[in-house]
Amino acid sequence: MPGISNAARLITFHVTRYNPETDGAPYLKTYAVPVREGMTVLEGLHYIKDNLDSTLAWRYSCRMGICGSCGMFLNGRPGLACNTQILHIADANLTVAPLPNFEIIRDLVPDLWTMFDKHRSIKPYILRINEAEINDPAGEFYQSPQQLESYLQFTYCIKCGCCMAACPTLATDARYLGPMPLTAAQRYNADTRDEGRRERNALTGTSTGVFRCHYAGECSRACPKGVDPARALQLLKRRLVLDYLHLARRIKRCEKLHGPGQGKLLPDIAAAPKGTVG
Amino acid sequence: MSQINRYDNRLGIWGWLGGGRWGAERYAYILHRITGLGILFYFLLHIVVTSLRAKGIYLWAGHGFLHQPIFEFAEYVVFAAFAYHACNGIRLVLVELGFAVGKPIEPVYPYKTSLNVQRPLLVCMMILTAVFLAIGGYAALIE
Repeated sequence: MPGISNAARLITFHVTRYNPETDGAPYLKTYAVPVREGMTVLEGLHYIKDNLDSTLAWRYSCRMGICGSCGMFLNGRPGLACNTQILHIADANLTVAPLPNFEIIRDLVPDLWTMFDKHRSIKPYILRINEAEINDPAGEFYQSPQQLESYLQFTYCIKCGCCMAACPTLATDARYLGPMPLTAAQRYNADTRDEGRRERNALTGTSTGVFRCHYAGECSRACPKGVDPARALQLLKRRLVLDYLHLARRIKRCEKLHGPGQGKLLPDIAAAPKGTVG
Repeated sequence: MSQINRYDNRLGIWGWLGGGRWGAERYAYILHRITGLGILFYFLLHIVVTSLRAKGIYLWAGHGFLHQPIFEFAEYVVFAAFAYHACNGIRLVLVELGFAVGKPIEPVYPYKTSLNVQRPLLVCMMILTAVFLAIGGYAALIE
């Protein structure tokens, strides 16, 4: 391809190393990695593992920005190792460290347990007053495209933890729920199929909840999927204030449609063909 | 199973300054916190200075101790901190009430975020702060 060079450049990787059995604190170790155009940080780490130091540990899975496993601190900025090209962020030196604001298990592996604990606490799933509808659904819920758009952006979160590492408030207050769990709360609150907003408000409206956010905006800049947690958090605050003042407009909840085979066929839709099996 | 030692990697106060992609809102965030703490410190100092009246000490009267140039300048710094904190605070109230952050959109690369939507408000508030600082500075000079 024109414009793409195949010549390798030596980039010095400064990688955080930490062995919990032998080290009291993390330290930096340097590796010289030959880098070609288009090579990602993840590929650089694989080069180190294969050729220079087989003891290096990190977490990864899909290699294409979907699983959210390889969130790292790259040159002082949180991002995914698999979708960050080395030459886009480094001329000669690249610092690779585990995501901050989490405990380090080993080398570049952060312990994301605290984040998932908080995430679980806000009940990130559809809550209905009538539990039988969830456990034993008898039909489907209608949702318009506009209703879907009110939360769709927030569903793209891959739980990589980059926003939690970027948040300056979370850096000083470990009890703060953080951008990821609160974005999940807004995602379900805005879903017209959900009826659990007030239940979540009891947690998101506390002193460790969404009002600890002071809009530094780093979560939205760090997010590799464009989820925009900062927007979700401000919309969550708005809803909490309106709920507190009893000024919130009543959201029309989804109506349950009939179950399979029980619905009325619209006149302009052709009937399904007869089954050919059985 | 033996206990695994984990290293606490929390950034702490350093997280206010480092740890993210530096943007205008982060500078605003840091300055808002610093000016807030500064104004709080001034209020405490103010209580101490005025309470000295009970002992018959008037530090601000006539050509008193507090009329030295350094304190006159410090007074302007307090005014500047207050002007910034108030203007940025209005922006934060508007943003946190869901105004100026826009509606959720389909994330298509290059991503546009709510930060882009509220940026004009930030710029307006910083211009307003600058106007206040200029007026305050002019008033202090002709005094």
